[in-house]
Amino acid sequence: MTTSTSLDQSLLYPSPLKEFWHAFKHNKGAVCGLAFILLIVFCALFAPWIAPHHPSEQYRDFLLTPPVWLEGGQWQFLLGTDELGRDLLSRIIHGARLSLLIGLASVVLSLVPGILLGLCASFFPRLLGPGIMRLMDIMLALPSLLLAVAIVAILGPGLINTIFAIAIVSLPSYVRLTRAAVMGELNRDYVTAAQLAGASLPRLMFVTVLPNCMAPLIVQATLSFSSAILDAAALGFLGLGVQPPTPEWGTMLASARDYIERAWWVVTLPGLAILLSVLAINLMGDGLRDALDPKLKNAI
Amino acid sequence: MSLLDIHNLSVRFGGADAVPVVDGLDLSVKKGEVLAIVGESGSGKSVTMMALMGLIDAPGIVHADCLQFDGTDMLRLKGRQRRHIVGKDLAMVFQDPMTALNPSYTVGFQIEEVLRQHMGLKGKAARARALELLERVEIPGAASRLDAYPHQLSGGMSQRVAIAMAIAAEPKLLIADEPTTALDVTIQAQIMELLLNLQRDQGMALVLITHDLAVVAETAQRVCVMYAGQAVELGQVPTLFDAPSHPYTEALLKAIPEHSTGAHRLATLPGIVPGRYDRPQGCLLSPRCPYVQERCRQQRPTLDEHARGAARCFFPLEVA
Repeated sequence: MTTSTSLDQSLLYPSPLKEFWHAFKHNKGAVCGLAFILLIVFCALFAPWIAPHHPSEQYRDFLLTPPVWLEGGQWQFLLGTDELGRDLLSRIIHGARLSLLIGLASVVLSLVPGILLGLCASFFPRLLGPGIMRLMDIMLALPSLLLAVAIVAILGPGLINTIFAIAIVSLPSYVRLTRAAVMGELNRDYVTAAQLAGASLPRLMFVTVLPNCMAPLIVQATLSFSSAILDAAALGFLGLGVQPPTPEWGTMLASARDYIERAWWVVTLPGLAILLSVLAINLMGDGLRDALDPKLKNAI
Repeated sequence: MSLLDIHNLSVRFGGADAVPVVDGLDLSVKKGEVLAIVGESGSGKSVTMMALMGLIDAPGIVHADCLQFDGTDMLRLKGRQRRHIVGKDLAMVFQDPMTALNPSYTVGFQIEEVLRQHMGLKGKAARARALELLERVEIPGAASRLDAYPHQLSGGMSQRVAIAMAIAAEPKLLIADEPTTALDVTIQAQIMELLLNLQRDQGMALVLITHDLAVVAETAQRVCVMYAGQAVELGQVPTLFDAPSHPYTEALLKAIPEHSTGAHRLATLPGIVPGRYDRPQGCLLSPRCPYVQERCRQQRPTLDEHARGAARCFFPLEVA
């Protein structure tokens, strides 16, 4: 064996990230979704500089101005104004901040405890497993939005409590997913090999097994990001979520529903923002699943 | 003194009245010896080794009069102490190389991990040693394979990496659990040769679990034939193959395809290993044994020593 063989081109393995991107970019829908999400993230990060007006400033002379392409539209207000004369475009841009914050915070707040509970349930199948799983079954037996409403009713409405409510509601799916994935991995020889090599229990849980269970969890996290945005909008619409005048998309919908016949844009545009962002995230989640799951690779 | 001493090992799953998977097994391995454990599927070969490593979880129950490795009682060891011995002095190679490596980490990382844990090597030293080990197990282009993930390797290469990991801490006893079953024939020969070379060079003992008698004939010094959780015959390699004293060993040898070239059909042993509900009252082989007699159906034989080894049979073949 000479050193020249070790420099052979065929032996230079592509980095995992490159491989992932190669698989991901084949899915056009997912790439579009990713692009739209990046746009929303950009809007959210730089909202005060991008938005043409302050989201709470009321232009009393321009109540319910239609969008610019309709008769009576003003260039000053590209997407029109709402019932109090606030610029819709600015409110939607600022709303992106809240939606992303709610999505991110609730995903993190349910992902981390979900993984911990799932790992415990599968590594201690006699001690903790049944208890944790029955608790999750009880939580799954309640309609998710109803449970969220109940939690908000107990904690009181508001941004932080909305995040907590959504995080608690989406916890069971993470626990079940983690447990299922870990149970599948535990039967593999490499886990036994790690035990043999002297791995301690925490090392076995977090270093050996967990990284191999991340693919379904990442996908679930993306998809529940979108359902968190939806749930937050629903709670806001019911008046239990973020309170006005904060520009949250669901709250905007709720306060505008009286004008649905006179000024359609006040209701439609925030709704469209919700729809598009949820759709984009779902498309990206789909692409992520295809790229991360070797069984589905090259399926389409 | 022998390296590994097992006396009267029993493993049961679920309750003290459950049928034992391993039943009163005695086994010893000397330093630098190659012992083969053969038997058909479900005869308790792998479970024996799992019990030795302390990897039988509830509801499994392990019981033994003595389970000693290198002077340490393996049954008494707990947590940290066990982890210190198992993996360093006692290592294992698995059957399926495709699942034996962790898919999330590179090959190099996984070998270095063992080195860090048991040899106290860090950073560059660990990497250099990992490279050395990969070259030791004859992986072509070893330097670039360090950064490969397991899915980028073939089965034979994965098995070589698994062997490299097993010998990384220079164990005194290597257990190979059907190391060639999942590989094709040409690779099988290479892997066996590699294992034997390593065994000879490092002077470690090797326990080879297999159901391939051809492999046993070429490699092992002593053989333990297991059937339904019991050792039915113990013996040295050439003699056991020339003149088996237990009917089950004889049947195994007859069933080697190479032995039945010619017109007649391959010899087989009718029936299956007795399960939980059809365990015979007498000798466990009695429903399938071609030489069965009335006494075999009534009483269980014990493992009795004779001139060339030991056999669990009332009427051993060709001993008299």
